[in-house]
Amino acid sequence: MSLLELDDVKVHFPVKKGLFFDRTVGHVYAVDGVSLSIEAGQTYGLVGESGCGKTTLGRAVLRLNDITDGGVVFDGTDLAKLPGEEMRAFRRRLQMVFQDPLGSLNPRQNIESILSEGMAAHGIGKDQAERREKIKDILAKVGLPSNALSRYPHEFSGGQRQRIGIARALVLEPDVIICDEPVSALDVSVQAQVINLLEELQESLGLTYLVIAHDLAVVRHISDVIGVMYLGGLVEEAPSDALYAGPRHPYTKALMSAVPVPDPEIEDRRERILLHGDLPSPANPPAGCRFHTRCPWVQETKCATERPPLLDTGDGHKVACHFTAEIEAGTVKRTLATGIEAVVGTETVAAEAEEVSEAETEAPAADAPKKEPATVPAQADANARAKATDAGEARTKAADATEEAADAPEKAEDSPKT
Amino acid sequence: MSLLSVEELSVTFTARGRKDATAVDGVSFAVDQGQVVGLVGESGCGKSVTSLALMGLLPRKGVRIGGRAEFDGQDLLTMNERKLRDMRGSQLAMIFQDPLSSLNPVVPIGIQVTEILQRHRGLKGEKARKEAASLLDRVGIPDPTRRLKEYPHQLSGGMRQRALIAMAVACAPRLLIADEPTTALDVTIQAQILELLKELVDQEGTALLMITHDLGVVAGLCDEVNVLYAGRAVESAGRRELFAHPTHPYAHGLLGSIPRLDAPRGEPLNPIRGSINDKIAWADGCAFAPRCDHYTMECLTGTPELTEPRAAGHQVRCVNPVLPTAEVPA
Repeated sequence: MSLLELDDVKVHFPVKKGLFFDRTVGHVYAVDGVSLSIEAGQTYGLVGESGCGKTTLGRAVLRLNDITDGGVVFDGTDLAKLPGEEMRAFRRRLQMVFQDPLGSLNPRQNIESILSEGMAAHGIGKDQAERREKIKDILAKVGLPSNALSRYPHEFSGGQRQRIGIARALVLEPDVIICDEPVSALDVSVQAQVINLLEELQESLGLTYLVIAHDLAVVRHISDVIGVMYLGGLVEEAPSDALYAGPRHPYTKALMSAVPVPDPEIEDRRERILLHGDLPSPANPPAGCRFHTRCPWVQETKCATERPPLLDTGDGHKVACHFTAEIEAGTVKRTLATGIEAVVGTETVAAEAEEVSEAETEAPAADAPKKEPATVPAQADANARAKATDAGEARTKAADATEEAADAPEKAEDSPKT
Repeated sequence: MSLLSVEELSVTFTARGRKDATAVDGVSFAVDQGQVVGLVGESGCGKSVTSLALMGLLPRKGVRIGGRAEFDGQDLLTMNERKLRDMRGSQLAMIFQDPLSSLNPVVPIGIQVTEILQRHRGLKGEKARKEAASLLDRVGIPDPTRRLKEYPHQLSGGMRQRALIAMAVACAPRLLIADEPTTALDVTIQAQILELLKELVDQEGTALLMITHDLGVVAGLCDEVNVLYAGRAVESAGRRELFAHPTHPYAHGLLGSIPRLDAPRGEPLNPIRGSINDKIAWADGCAFAPRCDHYTMECLTGTPELTEPRAAGHQVRCVNPVLPTAEVPA
């Protein structure tokens, strides 16, 4: 039995309009059917880009947002249906660390007052003296000096403020801490300190984390299981290592390939999957698979009409895609370009059309022989050149050339590019 | 002869009744035609102030600027405002971090783009609009003629940044300064924008000064990298050299403290202790000494000089550099 289980959670925000009567004219489908479970002592990482609903989901667990539908079962109790006062009591066991360490601390309260407020509300400690002892203890655990008690948030640096935020959660002795972007406001050197602190605390106190972040590298570093969200739904969920070793959903593949790695050797070698356009509006999500409007592998059947369920593909690796197996086997090819042509000139002004189509065919064609010395791309290369007259056709050929170059990544790695 | 050569640039903010604050404390670097040079550092290291000083965008009052910044043989720092105004937008252009606040919210995109074309290239009316549309198309904004009539709030974050890039490259500038161009964007959009910048540099031969805190971005894009700390460059090298052999303890520590997507799991990170607030003035010694694991008394006696302890062209400002015997973080 998992400690925290989310069952088809939906959070829809009504969009209202009207002068006298608030007419509901539509909904923003911020979270639209997410199911996941977190084991005690585990870290579950939730990644996704802004607007995908990850923060809303985290807040919904604590009922800081109303849950439209679905269940949040914590330790056998469904929080989604608890009346206010009982829910308040449960919040002691589920705490949250927020993104902006300065914005989430009251500037007029000193640290002792900030930390003891929650304790008093939940009846922890007989009197202030006892609470102060406890707070000192926790401050030492998060690496702050005990003279911090009488100081105010503005006197601390960003990293220290985030430690205060963590201490505020810890004083209530919670079972689960929901960390919403715990390090994204911090500089890299300080980021590492806070990540290490979270890991140490988990080990010594047996905490369970739900970490929400947009930074894949951070999430991968601290999580046991990672869930990838796109436009209100989970598209892939897998143990951290498995997800990194072999992302299966097209969105995860694109996301992983987009994360810059601080190593020029790897940066030069790897192939980026560039996506077309921007995230669609969650108020008007696309029908069928939410990702089909940007998916490089989009197919004519199913994708636009049927929403794929999150299915286990083995070893706890769950994917929500109709064509997981086919993409893996290579029988389903990319239908949209993923190189620079995905970024520039999807629609071309007449005067520039010729120039652009030429550039598009040249770019991957010139790249292919460098990436792979085998004969296949040379052929594709020739094909692409032969048909370069027609802009539309040239584009598909260019995509094919990149596709084929990508099919043999091992070979590409063997041959140094420069 | 470099296109831009900055020597001992320093910027000090002065305010009555307060101590002077030195944001940039003797930064030197050069950018060649068609080259991508990175300025990397954490918040407060002076990287943004450097770019503002180069563009002449710092207020005239309350700021003391020293050193030289020669662009094509002319000193940008002493140039008069009129001349500078001719240079900005046509020879030098800048892309800012926050695309929403750097666009005028009450003016349609089209007018903001054509303004530059009119000012520097003398294009007017239909001609300017056509050119603006082709610029937007060049940076991958679909349906450019419709977008020209829209206001900044109607565009997504990635699209706004593209519009800014379109404005920056409108007059084919010789030097493009990008100050954290992708920090406000999501990773997939960031990848699109970086790819676009790369393509512009390759095709137009524009020099790019890339200012960022993200070492990953630097690794993929820059030819030369300068690592700044507390207003000074502490290490400069070609990107392969720098990432393979980070030699200044700060650069070394920075690389060791980043969680990496490709690193094995379960290893704790090696953070640098303390924060940037724990610095000392460069005049008294090495500003990084209070956070450094390698520091000795020697570090506290005057500013360390730039030396080349490893390889030619790999400059390090440290008396106890991390040399090959130490493990390079994997």
